[in-house]
Amino acid sequence: MSYAWHWEVLLQPAASGTDTYLGWMLSGLKLTLMLSLSAWLMALLLGTLLGVLRTVPRWSGVAAVYVELFRNIPLLVQLFIWYFVLPELLPATWGDAYKQLNPYLQQFLAAWVCLGFFTSARVCEQLRSGIEALPPGQKNAGLALGLTLPQTYRLVLLPMAWRLVLPPLTSEFLNIFKNSAVASTIGLLELAAQGRQLVDYTAQPYESFIAVTVFYMLINIVVMTLMHQLEQKVRVPGYGK
Amino acid sequence: MMSYDFDWSSIPGALPFLWQGMQVTLQITLMAILVGIVWGTLLAMMRLSKQRWLSWFAAGYINLFRSIPLLLVLLWFFLILPRLLEGVPGITPGTDLRLSSAMVGFALFESAYYAEIIRAGILSIPKGQQAAAFALGMNYRAAMRFVVLPQALRNMLPLLLTQAIILFQDTSLVYVSALADFFGAAYKVGDRDGRLVELLLFAGAVYFILCYSASSLVNYLSKRMKA
Repeated sequence: MSYAWHWEVLLQPAASGTDTYLGWMLSGLKLTLMLSLSAWLMALLLGTLLGVLRTVPRWSGVAAVYVELFRNIPLLVQLFIWYFVLPELLPATWGDAYKQLNPYLQQFLAAWVCLGFFTSARVCEQLRSGIEALPPGQKNAGLALGLTLPQTYRLVLLPMAWRLVLPPLTSEFLNIFKNSAVASTIGLLELAAQGRQLVDYTAQPYESFIAVTVFYMLINIVVMTLMHQLEQKVRVPGYGK
Repeated sequence: MMSYDFDWSSIPGALPFLWQGMQVTLQITLMAILVGIVWGTLLAMMRLSKQRWLSWFAAGYINLFRSIPLLLVLLWFFLILPRLLEGVPGITPGTDLRLSSAMVGFALFESAYYAEIIRAGILSIPKGQQAAAFALGMNYRAAMRFVVLPQALRNMLPLLLTQAIILFQDTSLVYVSALADFFGAAYKVGDRDGRLVELLLFAGAVYFILCYSASSLVNYLSKRMKA
Protein backbone atom coordinates (compact mmCIF):
# COMPACT_ATOMS: atom_id res chain seq x y z
CA MET A 1 0.00 0.00 0.00
CA SER A 2 1.58 3.24 -1.08
CA TYR A 3 0.29 6.33 0.58
CA ALA A 4 1.89 9.77 0.56
CA TRP A 5 1.87 11.09 4.10
CA HIS A 6 1.51 14.85 4.41
CA TRP A 7 1.12 15.71 8.06
CA GLU A 8 2.02 19.33 7.31
CA VAL A 9 -1.36 19.66 5.62
CA LEU A 10 -2.88 20.11 9.07
CA LEU A 11 -0.98 23.36 9.50
CA GLN A 12 -1.91 24.78 6.12
CA PRO A 13 -4.48 27.56 5.90
CA ALA A 14 -7.96 26.06 5.53
CA ALA A 15 -10.41 26.80 2.74
CA SER A 16 -12.14 29.36 4.95
CA GLY A 17 -8.93 31.43 4.76
CA THR A 18 -8.77 32.61 8.33
CA ASP A 19 -7.83 29.36 10.03
CA THR A 20 -5.65 26.28 9.61
CA TYR A 21 -7.09 22.78 9.24
CA LEU A 22 -5.81 22.04 12.72
CA GLY A 23 -7.80 25.06 13.83
CA TRP A 24 -10.94 23.50 12.36
CA MET A 25 -10.23 20.36 14.28
CA LEU A 26 -9.70 22.24 17.53
CA SER A 27 -12.99 24.07 17.05
CA GLY A 28 -14.62 20.66 16.61
CA LEU A 29 -12.95 19.48 19.79
CA LYS A 30 -14.28 22.54 21.61
CA LEU A 31 -17.81 21.79 20.43
CA THR A 32 -17.51 18.13 21.45
CA LEU A 33 -16.40 19.20 24.92
CA MET A 34 -19.11 21.85 25.29
CA LEU A 35 -21.84 19.49 24.11
CA SER A 36 -20.72 16.57 26.25
CA LEU A 37 -20.13 18.58 29.42
CA SER A 38 -23.42 20.46 29.25
CA ALA A 39 -25.33 17.25 28.46
CA TRP A 40 -23.54 15.55 31.37
CA LEU A 41 -24.71 18.29 33.71
CA MET A 42 -28.28 17.79 32.58
CA ALA A 43 -27.97 14.00 32.83
CA LEU A 44 -26.64 14.24 36.39
CA LEU A 45 -29.43 16.51 37.61
CA LEU A 46 -32.24 14.69 35.86
CA GLY A 47 -30.74 11.26 36.53
CA THR A 48 -30.41 11.98 40.26
CA LEU A 49 -34.00 13.12 40.48
CA LEU A 50 -35.21 10.03 38.62
CA GLY A 51 -32.91 7.72 40.56
CA VAL A 52 -34.45 8.98 43.81
CA LEU A 53 -37.99 8.59 42.43
CA ARG A 54 -37.07 5.06 41.33
CA THR A 55 -36.56 4.11 45.00
CA VAL A 56 -39.79 5.70 46.24
CA PRO A 57 -42.54 3.06 45.86
CA ARG A 58 -45.16 5.53 44.74
CA TRP A 59 -43.10 6.99 41.88
CA SER A 60 -40.97 4.02 40.98
CA GLY A 61 -43.25 2.96 38.08
CA VAL A 62 -43.08 6.33 36.34
CA ALA A 63 -39.30 6.42 36.54
CA ALA A 64 -39.12 2.82 35.28
CA VAL A 65 -41.17 3.69 32.18
CA TYR A 66 -38.85 6.63 31.52
CA VAL A 67 -35.76 4.45 31.81
CA GLU A 68 -37.12 1.72 29.54
CA LEU A 69 -38.18 4.27 26.94
CA PHE A 70 -34.75 5.86 26.67
CA ARG A 71 -32.83 2.60 26.95
CA ASN A 72 -34.63 0.66 24.25
CA ILE A 73 -34.50 3.11 21.34
CA PRO A 74 -31.18 3.60 19.52
CA LEU A 75 -29.44 6.90 20.26
CA LEU A 76 -29.42 7.84 16.58
CA VAL A 77 -33.19 7.35 16.30
CA GLN A 78 -33.70 9.42 19.44
CA LEU A 79 -31.57 12.20 18.01
CA PHE A 80 -33.52 12.25 14.74
CA ILE A 81 -36.79 12.31 16.67
CA TRP A 82 -35.63 15.32 18.72
CA TYR A 83 -34.30 17.10 15.67
CA PHE A 84 -36.82 16.29 12.92
CA VAL A 85 -39.99 15.15 14.67
CA LEU A 86 -40.43 17.14 17.85
CA PRO A 87 -40.43 20.63 16.27
CA GLU A 88 -43.35 19.47 14.09
CA LEU A 89 -45.34 18.17 17.04
CA LEU A 90 -44.88 21.18 19.32
CA PRO A 91 -47.54 23.88 19.35
CA ALA A 92 -47.07 25.87 16.13
CA THR A 93 -45.64 28.98 17.80
CA TRP A 94 -42.97 26.97 19.64
CA GLY A 95 -42.09 24.92 16.60
CA ASP A 96 -41.72 28.04 14.49
CA ALA A 97 -39.64 29.78 17.12
CA TYR A 98 -37.28 26.79 17.15
CA LYS A 99 -37.01 26.73 13.36
CA GLN A 100 -36.14 30.40 13.27
CA LEU A 101 -33.12 29.92 15.49
CA ASN A 102 -29.64 29.90 14.04
CA PRO A 103 -29.23 26.44 12.40
CA TYR A 104 -26.12 25.70 14.47
CA LEU A 105 -28.05 26.47 17.64
CA GLN A 106 -30.88 24.18 16.49
CA GLN A 107 -28.42 21.33 15.99
CA PHE A 108 -26.71 21.97 19.30
CA LEU A 109 -29.98 22.15 21.24
CA ALA A 110 -31.32 18.93 19.71
CA ALA A 111 -28.05 17.09 20.39
CA TRP A 112 -27.84 18.49 23.93
CA VAL A 113 -31.37 17.49 24.90
CA CYS A 114 -30.93 14.09 23.23
CA LEU A 115 -27.68 13.21 25.00
CA GLY A 116 -28.94 14.63 28.28
CA PHE A 117 -32.14 12.56 28.34
CA PHE A 118 -30.42 9.43 26.98
CA THR A 119 -27.68 9.54 29.62
CA SER A 120 -30.02 10.52 32.46
CA ALA A 121 -31.79 7.16 32.11
CA ARG A 122 -28.45 5.45 32.68
CA VAL A 123 -27.47 7.70 35.58
CA CYS A 124 -30.89 6.96 37.11
CA GLU A 125 -30.26 3.21 37.10
CA GLN A 126 -26.76 3.59 38.56
CA LEU A 127 -27.98 5.82 41.33
CA ARG A 128 -30.87 3.54 42.11
CA SER A 129 -28.52 0.60 42.55
CA GLY A 130 -26.33 2.82 44.74
CA ILE A 131 -29.25 3.79 46.98
CA GLU A 132 -30.50 0.20 47.14
CA ALA A 133 -27.04 -1.02 48.11
CA LEU A 134 -27.14 1.06 51.30
CA PRO A 135 -28.25 -0.82 54.43
CA PRO A 136 -31.95 -0.09 55.10
CA GLY A 137 -30.94 1.01 58.60
CA GLN A 138 -29.53 4.25 57.18
CA LYS A 139 -32.90 5.42 55.96
CA ASN A 140 -34.63 4.27 59.15
CA ALA A 141 -32.05 6.02 61.29
CA GLY A 142 -32.56 9.24 59.33
CA LEU A 143 -36.31 9.06 59.79
CA ALA A 144 -35.96 8.11 63.47
CA LEU A 145 -33.86 11.22 64.04
CA GLY A 146 -36.86 13.26 62.94
CA LEU A 147 -35.70 14.08 59.42
CA THR A 148 -38.38 14.19 56.75
CA LEU A 149 -38.08 11.80 53.82
CA PRO A 150 -36.65 14.47 51.46
CA GLN A 151 -34.17 15.48 54.18
CA THR A 152 -33.17 11.85 54.70
CA TYR A 153 -32.41 11.55 51.00
CA ARG A 154 -30.56 14.86 50.83
CA LEU A 155 -28.51 14.56 54.01
CA VAL A 156 -28.05 10.82 54.52
CA LEU A 157 -28.73 8.62 51.51
CA LEU A 158 -27.58 10.68 48.54
CA PRO A 159 -24.17 11.71 49.92
CA MET A 160 -23.40 8.04 50.50
CA ALA A 161 -24.96 6.73 47.28
CA TRP A 162 -23.11 9.32 45.21
CA ARG A 163 -19.76 8.25 46.49
CA LEU A 164 -20.58 4.57 45.99
CA VAL A 165 -21.63 4.90 42.35
CA LEU A 166 -18.78 7.13 41.25
CA PRO A 167 -16.88 4.35 39.42
CA PRO A 168 -19.84 3.27 37.22
CA LEU A 169 -20.69 6.95 36.66
CA THR A 170 -17.16 7.46 35.35
CA SER A 171 -17.87 5.02 32.57
CA GLU A 172 -21.12 6.82 31.72
CA PHE A 173 -19.17 10.07 31.68
CA LEU A 174 -16.70 8.57 29.21
CA ASN A 175 -19.60 7.29 27.12
CA ILE A 176 -21.15 10.71 26.73
CA PHE A 177 -18.06 12.01 24.91
CA LYS A 178 -18.14 9.03 22.56
CA ASN A 179 -21.89 9.26 22.06
CA SER A 180 -21.63 12.95 21.21
CA ALA A 181 -20.09 11.91 17.86
CA VAL A 182 -23.62 10.95 16.80
CA ALA A 183 -24.41 14.67 16.59
CA SER A 184 -22.35 14.80 13.40
CA THR A 185 -25.24 13.03 11.62
CA ILE A 186 -27.48 16.09 11.96
CA GLY A 187 -24.70 18.36 10.74
CA LEU A 188 -23.20 19.61 14.00
CA LEU A 189 -19.52 20.29 13.30
CA GLU A 190 -18.06 18.54 16.33
CA LEU A 191 -14.81 16.58 16.32
CA ALA A 192 -15.88 13.59 14.19
CA ALA A 193 -17.65 15.81 11.66
CA GLN A 194 -14.58 18.04 11.34
CA GLY A 195 -12.54 14.92 10.68
CA ARG A 196 -14.82 13.95 7.81
CA GLN A 197 -14.83 17.49 6.48
CA LEU A 198 -11.04 17.53 6.49
CA VAL A 199 -10.98 14.37 4.39
CA ASP A 200 -13.03 16.16 1.74
CA TYR A 201 -10.94 19.32 1.80
CA THR A 202 -7.41 17.95 2.12
CA ALA A 203 -7.75 14.52 0.43
CA GLN A 204 -5.46 13.20 3.21
CA PRO A 205 -7.88 10.82 4.97
CA TYR A 206 -5.42 9.00 7.21
CA GLU A 207 -3.85 12.08 8.79
CA SER A 208 -7.23 13.53 9.54
CA PHE A 209 -8.74 10.35 11.00
CA ILE A 210 -5.62 9.58 13.02
CA ALA A 211 -5.72 13.09 14.47
CA VAL A 212 -9.40 12.73 15.42
CA THR A 213 -8.75 9.31 16.96
CA VAL A 214 -5.89 10.74 19.02
CA PHE A 215 -8.10 13.58 20.26
CA TYR A 216 -10.77 11.13 21.43
CA MET A 217 -8.13 9.04 23.17
CA LEU A 218 -6.77 12.15 24.89
CA ILE A 219 -10.25 13.07 26.14
CA ASN A 220 -10.55 9.52 27.45
CA ILE A 221 -7.22 9.61 29.27
CA VAL A 222 -7.81 13.04 30.81
CA VAL A 223 -11.30 12.15 32.03
CA MET A 224 -10.12 8.83 33.45
CA THR A 225 -7.23 10.44 35.29
CA LEU A 226 -9.39 13.19 36.79
CA MET A 227 -12.16 10.81 37.79
CA HIS A 228 -9.65 8.43 39.34
CA GLN A 229 -8.36 11.26 41.52
CA LEU A 230 -11.90 12.21 42.46
CA GLU A 231 -12.67 8.59 43.34
CA GLN A 232 -9.66 8.46 45.66
CA LYS A 233 -10.67 11.70 47.29
CA VAL A 234 -14.31 10.92 48.02
CA ARG A 235 -14.00 7.21 48.77
CA VAL A 236 -15.91 6.30 51.91
CA PRO A 237 -13.19 5.22 54.38
CA GLY A 238 -13.64 1.66 55.55
CA TYR A 239 -17.03 1.17 53.89
CA GLY A 240 -17.81 -2.32 52.69
CA LYS A 241 -14.82 -3.98 54.30
CA MET B 1 -52.53 22.95 19.76
CA MET B 2 -50.73 20.39 17.66
CA SER B 3 -50.64 21.58 14.10
CA TYR B 4 -49.27 18.44 12.50
CA ASP B 5 -51.47 16.20 10.32
CA PHE B 6 -50.32 12.63 10.58
CA ASP B 7 -50.42 10.53 7.45
CA TRP B 8 -49.27 6.96 7.93
CA SER B 9 -50.23 5.79 4.44
CA SER B 10 -46.66 5.47 3.13
CA ILE B 11 -45.78 2.76 5.65
CA PRO B 12 -47.83 -0.28 4.44
CA GLY B 13 -46.42 -0.09 0.91
CA ALA B 14 -42.89 0.32 2.23
CA LEU B 15 -42.99 -2.73 4.51
CA PRO B 16 -41.11 -5.08 2.10
CA PHE B 17 -38.32 -2.50 1.76
CA LEU B 18 -38.22 -1.98 5.52
CA TRP B 19 -38.06 -5.76 6.04
CA GLN B 20 -35.07 -5.91 3.68
CA GLY B 21 -33.48 -3.24 5.83
CA MET B 22 -34.24 -5.25 8.96
CA GLN B 23 -32.48 -8.24 7.38
CA VAL B 24 -29.35 -6.14 6.86
CA THR B 25 -29.57 -5.01 10.48
CA LEU B 26 -29.92 -8.60 11.70
CA GLN B 27 -27.09 -9.81 9.46
CA ILE B 28 -24.70 -7.22 10.87
CA THR B 29 -25.85 -7.93 14.42
CA LEU B 30 -25.45 -11.70 14.16
CA MET B 31 -22.07 -11.47 12.46
CA ALA B 32 -20.80 -9.08 15.13
CA ILE B 33 -22.11 -11.30 17.95
CA LEU B 34 -20.47 -14.43 16.54
CA VAL B 35 -17.11 -12.84 15.78
CA GLY B 36 -17.35 -10.75 18.92
CA ILE B 37 -17.74 -13.76 21.20
CA VAL B 38 -15.03 -15.87 19.51
CA TRP B 39 -12.46 -13.09 19.08
CA GLY B 40 -13.55 -11.57 22.40
CA THR B 41 -12.87 -14.88 24.20
CA LEU B 42 -9.41 -15.08 22.61
CA LEU B 43 -8.71 -11.47 23.56
CA ALA B 44 -9.86 -12.08 27.13
CA MET B 45 -7.58 -15.11 27.43
CA MET B 46 -4.66 -13.13 25.99
CA ARG B 47 -5.40 -10.32 28.43
CA LEU B 48 -5.16 -12.81 31.29
CA SER B 49 -2.13 -14.56 29.85
CA LYS B 50 1.21 -14.55 31.66
CA GLN B 51 2.96 -13.79 28.36
CA ARG B 52 3.65 -10.07 28.66
CA TRP B 53 3.39 -9.23 24.99
CA LEU B 54 0.12 -11.12 24.54
CA SER B 55 -1.51 -9.37 27.44
CA TRP B 56 -0.16 -5.99 26.32
CA PHE B 57 -1.45 -6.50 22.82
CA ALA B 58 -4.92 -7.42 24.11
CA ALA B 59 -4.95 -4.52 26.57
CA GLY B 60 -3.94 -2.09 23.82
CA TYR B 61 -6.58 -3.41 21.45
CA ILE B 62 -9.34 -3.29 24.05
CA ASN B 63 -8.43 0.18 25.32
CA LEU B 64 -8.11 1.62 21.83
CA PHE B 65 -11.54 0.41 20.70
CA ARG B 66 -13.18 1.33 23.97
CA SER B 67 -11.91 4.89 23.94
CA ILE B 68 -13.16 5.97 20.51
CA PRO B 69 -16.73 6.41 19.26
CA LEU B 70 -18.28 3.57 17.25
CA LEU B 71 -19.17 6.10 14.58
CA LEU B 72 -15.49 6.89 14.10
CA VAL B 73 -14.62 3.19 13.93
CA LEU B 74 -17.21 2.73 11.17
CA LEU B 75 -15.83 5.68 9.24
CA TRP B 76 -12.35 4.19 9.57
CA PHE B 77 -13.45 0.88 8.10
CA PHE B 78 -15.38 2.46 5.25
CA LEU B 79 -12.14 4.25 4.44
CA ILE B 80 -9.63 1.45 4.93
CA LEU B 81 -11.28 -1.78 3.82
CA PRO B 82 -11.72 -0.84 0.12
CA ARG B 83 -8.05 0.19 0.03
CA LEU B 84 -6.82 -2.97 1.71
CA LEU B 85 -8.81 -5.15 -0.68
CA GLU B 86 -7.68 -3.26 -3.77
CA GLY B 87 -5.50 -6.06 -5.14
CA VAL B 88 -7.84 -8.94 -4.31
CA PRO B 89 -9.17 -10.63 -7.45
CA GLY B 90 -12.87 -10.15 -8.14
CA ILE B 91 -13.01 -6.83 -6.34
CA THR B 92 -13.11 -3.82 -8.61
CA PRO B 93 -13.24 -0.20 -7.46
CA GLY B 94 -16.98 -0.36 -8.18
CA THR B 95 -17.68 -3.26 -5.78
CA ASP B 96 -19.99 -2.22 -2.97
CA LEU B 97 -18.01 -2.97 0.17
CA ARG B 98 -20.18 -1.00 2.56
CA LEU B 99 -21.88 -4.04 4.06
CA SER B 100 -18.57 -5.91 4.48
CA SER B 101 -16.93 -2.81 5.95
CA ALA B 102 -19.79 -2.38 8.39
CA MET B 103 -19.59 -6.04 9.42
CA VAL B 104 -15.83 -5.99 9.95
CA GLY B 105 -15.98 -2.68 11.80
CA PHE B 106 -18.77 -3.82 14.12
CA ALA B 107 -17.21 -7.22 14.74
CA LEU B 108 -13.81 -5.82 15.68
CA PHE B 109 -15.33 -3.03 17.78
CA GLU B 110 -17.74 -5.25 19.70
CA SER B 111 -14.98 -7.82 20.35
CA ALA B 112 -13.35 -5.29 22.65
CA TYR B 113 -16.55 -4.99 24.71
CA TYR B 114 -17.18 -8.74 24.68
CA ALA B 115 -13.58 -9.33 25.76
CA GLU B 116 -14.12 -7.29 28.92
CA ILE B 117 -17.34 -9.12 29.78
CA ILE B 118 -15.71 -12.50 29.18
CA ARG B 119 -12.61 -11.56 31.16
CA ALA B 120 -14.80 -10.71 34.14
CA GLY B 121 -16.61 -14.01 33.62
CA ILE B 122 -13.38 -16.00 33.65
CA LEU B 123 -12.16 -14.16 36.75
CA SER B 124 -15.43 -15.00 38.52
CA ILE B 125 -14.58 -18.71 38.45
CA PRO B 126 -12.71 -19.68 41.64
CA LYS B 127 -9.00 -20.42 41.09
CA GLY B 128 -9.48 -23.84 42.65
CA GLN B 129 -11.45 -24.99 39.60
CA GLN B 130 -8.47 -24.52 37.35
CA ALA B 131 -6.14 -26.04 39.90
CA ALA B 132 -8.41 -29.07 40.18
CA ALA B 133 -8.44 -29.46 36.40
CA PHE B 134 -4.63 -29.37 36.35
CA ALA B 135 -4.50 -31.88 39.19
CA LEU B 136 -6.66 -34.21 37.10
CA GLY B 137 -3.97 -34.07 34.42
CA MET B 138 -5.60 -31.60 32.02
CA ASN B 139 -3.41 -29.10 30.22
CA TYR B 140 -4.29 -25.38 30.02
CA ARG B 141 -6.37 -25.73 26.86
CA ALA B 142 -8.41 -28.62 28.18
CA ALA B 143 -8.90 -26.92 31.55
CA MET B 144 -10.18 -23.79 29.84
CA ARG B 145 -12.35 -25.66 27.40
CA PHE B 146 -13.97 -28.22 29.70
CA VAL B 147 -13.90 -26.57 33.09
CA VAL B 148 -13.48 -22.80 33.19
CA LEU B 149 -15.15 -21.46 30.03
CA PRO B 150 -18.40 -23.48 30.25
CA GLN B 151 -19.02 -22.16 33.77
CA ALA B 152 -17.88 -18.65 32.90
CA LEU B 153 -20.13 -18.48 29.84
CA ARG B 154 -23.10 -19.57 31.90
CA ASN B 155 -22.42 -16.86 34.49
CA MET B 156 -22.07 -14.11 31.95
CA LEU B 157 -24.89 -15.15 29.63
CA PRO B 158 -27.22 -12.32 30.75
CA LEU B 159 -24.50 -9.72 30.18
CA LEU B 160 -23.61 -11.15 26.78
CA LEU B 161 -27.26 -11.00 25.73
CA THR B 162 -27.67 -7.45 27.03
CA GLN B 163 -24.62 -6.45 25.03
CA ALA B 164 -26.24 -8.08 21.98
CA ILE B 165 -29.30 -5.86 22.44
CA ILE B 166 -27.08 -2.77 22.66
CA LEU B 167 -25.29 -3.96 19.54
CA PHE B 168 -28.60 -4.37 17.72
CA GLN B 169 -29.43 -0.75 18.54
CA ASP B 170 -25.98 0.48 17.57
CA THR B 171 -26.22 -0.99 14.06
CA SER B 172 -28.39 2.02 13.20
CA LEU B 173 -25.12 3.97 13.00
CA VAL B 174 -24.35 2.43 9.60
CA TYR B 175 -26.55 5.32 8.51
CA VAL B 176 -23.27 7.24 8.07
CA SER B 177 -22.45 5.08 5.05
CA ALA B 178 -25.94 5.45 3.54
CA LEU B 179 -26.30 1.66 3.84
CA ALA B 180 -30.00 0.75 3.98
CA ASP B 181 -30.29 -1.08 7.29
CA PHE B 182 -33.70 -0.90 9.01
CA PHE B 183 -33.21 2.67 10.20
CA GLY B 184 -31.60 3.75 6.91
CA ALA B 185 -34.54 2.26 4.99
CA ALA B 186 -37.07 4.04 7.21
CA TYR B 187 -35.22 7.32 6.75
CA LYS B 188 -35.10 6.89 2.97
CA VAL B 189 -38.83 6.19 2.72
CA GLY B 190 -39.66 9.13 4.98
CA ASP B 191 -37.40 11.43 3.01
CA ARG B 192 -38.86 10.28 -0.33
CA ASP B 193 -42.49 10.75 0.70
CA GLY B 194 -41.98 13.84 2.83
CA ARG B 195 -43.19 11.77 5.81
CA LEU B 196 -40.07 11.77 7.96
CA VAL B 197 -42.08 12.37 11.14
CA GLU B 198 -44.20 9.23 10.72
CA LEU B 199 -41.35 7.01 9.54
CA LEU B 200 -39.00 8.05 12.36
CA LEU B 201 -41.70 7.46 14.97
CA PHE B 202 -42.46 4.10 13.37
CA ALA B 203 -38.78 3.11 13.42
CA GLY B 204 -38.50 4.19 17.06
CA ALA B 205 -41.57 2.14 17.97
CA VAL B 206 -40.25 -0.97 16.21
CA TYR B 207 -36.87 -0.72 17.94
CA PHE B 208 -38.58 -0.16 21.27
CA ILE B 209 -40.88 -3.17 20.96
CA LEU B 210 -38.07 -5.49 19.86
CA CYS B 211 -35.51 -4.34 22.41
CA TYR B 212 -37.95 -4.13 25.29
CA SER B 213 -39.23 -7.66 24.62
CA ALA B 214 -35.70 -8.97 24.31
CA SER B 215 -34.50 -7.32 27.50
CA SER B 216 -37.56 -8.53 29.42
CA LEU B 217 -36.72 -12.03 28.24
CA VAL B 218 -33.11 -11.64 29.38
CA ASN B 219 -34.30 -10.47 32.81
CA TYR B 220 -36.60 -13.45 33.08
CA LEU B 221 -33.83 -15.85 32.07
CA SER B 222 -31.30 -14.41 34.48
CA LYS B 223 -33.81 -14.61 37.34
CA ARG B 224 -34.52 -18.22 36.49
CA MET B 225 -30.82 -19.05 36.29
CA LYS B 226 -30.23 -17.63 39.75
CA ALA B 227 -33.11 -19.58 41.23
